[in-house]
Amino acid sequence: MGNEEKKPKINLAIYWGAACGGCCVSVLDVHESLFDVVAAADLVFWPIALDIKYKDVEAMPDGHIDVTLFNGAVRNSENEHMAKLLRKKTKILVAYGSCSHMGGIPGLANFSDKESLLQRVYDDTESTENPKKIRPQTEYEVKEGVLDLPEFYNDVKTLDQVVNVDYYLPGCPPQTERLVEVFMAIVTGAELPPPGSVVGALAKSQCDECERKKSDNKKINKFYRPWEIEDDGETCFLEQGVICLGPATRGGCGVRCIKGNAPCRGCYGPPPDVIDPGAKMMSAIATMIDSDDPEEIAAIVEQIDDPAGLFYRFSLPSSILRRTIK
Amino acid sequence: MSFQPTIVSFLCNWCSYTGADLAGTSRMKYASNIRIIRVMCSGRIEPTFVLKAFREGADGVLICGCHPGDCHYHEGNYKCLRRFHLLQKYIKQMGMDEDRLQLKWISASEGKQFAELANSFTEEIRNLGPCKVKEVMETLT
Repeated sequence: MGNEEKKPKINLAIYWGAACGGCCVSVLDVHESLFDVVAAADLVFWPIALDIKYKDVEAMPDGHIDVTLFNGAVRNSENEHMAKLLRKKTKILVAYGSCSHMGGIPGLANFSDKESLLQRVYDDTESTENPKKIRPQTEYEVKEGVLDLPEFYNDVKTLDQVVNVDYYLPGCPPQTERLVEVFMAIVTGAELPPPGSVVGALAKSQCDECERKKSDNKKINKFYRPWEIEDDGETCFLEQGVICLGPATRGGCGVRCIKGNAPCRGCYGPPPDVIDPGAKMMSAIATMIDSDDPEEIAAIVEQIDDPAGLFYRFSLPSSILRRTIK
Repeated sequence: MSFQPTIVSFLCNWCSYTGADLAGTSRMKYASNIRIIRVMCSGRIEPTFVLKAFREGADGVLICGCHPGDCHYHEGNYKCLRRFHLLQKYIKQMGMDEDRLQLKWISASEGKQFAELANSFTEEIRNLGPCKVKEVMETLT
């Protein structure tokens, strides 16, 4: 114990941008390993668990924080401010989880734009009564002074579209075991991969880990939504006609969805060297269509209701087209 | 001067590129808007290539391969055909006109057809106007 006590603790920060909170919970899921974490690290900033204010972070010297796990996408000016602030204060900035890695579920807002989102929320929803057409303001004067609110952006961005990111730890949320491995590698001073690497995941695809029965020649002549078909529990989803994003998704999660009899949705992001996971998946899926006839092919493709939403569920802001155009 | 569209065209080595080459050696004139990229097979054209072309400023993308049944690798052109249908559906969802992406079959002997296709596709894209993808991307950075 004596030696361990002498070893300086690292400063760890965890922050959320546009996130659901699941990533923070995945950190809490370390359970009793939390003792190992706090033995090796001081938590200097973690809004979900600790009462440390933004001004306390601003007061820290640059590079004071050794590791920041940043989860959530960049959606408003507060997210952007904190991303830039934490970048300045942090030695190793980790994009933690699908949202900061690729945009994630909040990134699906790039199918829409600021005005139509505000209109839906503040005017159109069935339960909204807003006769004065009130919309959120970035500044509002009250008698005590001026209140300010973050500005809502038109586009959702990934963390690395705003600041430099050292590592990516993918997943929605990342598997806690992977986090512990990565964390332990950092605190024990193990050799780290080059900056920009994806850590806590495999280089191979989900299919490589998946134990379902697969044949070499996949043929699909009808696509099914998962609820339209009774899964036999052992054959590759694609061979049953259910779209599974496994072929274009990095392994490392332990194929938990597939083991739970649900097809992969792609939260771990693309394997190495793939720029656009959705395009890769479209490429793979299309070639499985069992027809050479243009009209029949078109009819089978028509069975895929929402290819953009399906193939880019977690990755729209990081994809080649990034958002819809008008 | 009217709008001059930028068109990226992927041609397969065995049929369509040879067809385009024939148009050239036969001294046929066609719209110079087409930028030809030779690939070994239309089955090699990944959706990523097409999307990247649009992102870098293409107003239209034209894919040409061997006629059905004629593929040098037996079924590359069918794979291309299947990807093409899915990709058209995707770009439409992204707010683009799906006709900005087209797939046509051009054999090695169809130089004339290639020249006509280059002209008609250029005209069609000219009528659609500039593609806004690149412009939108620039506002994002």
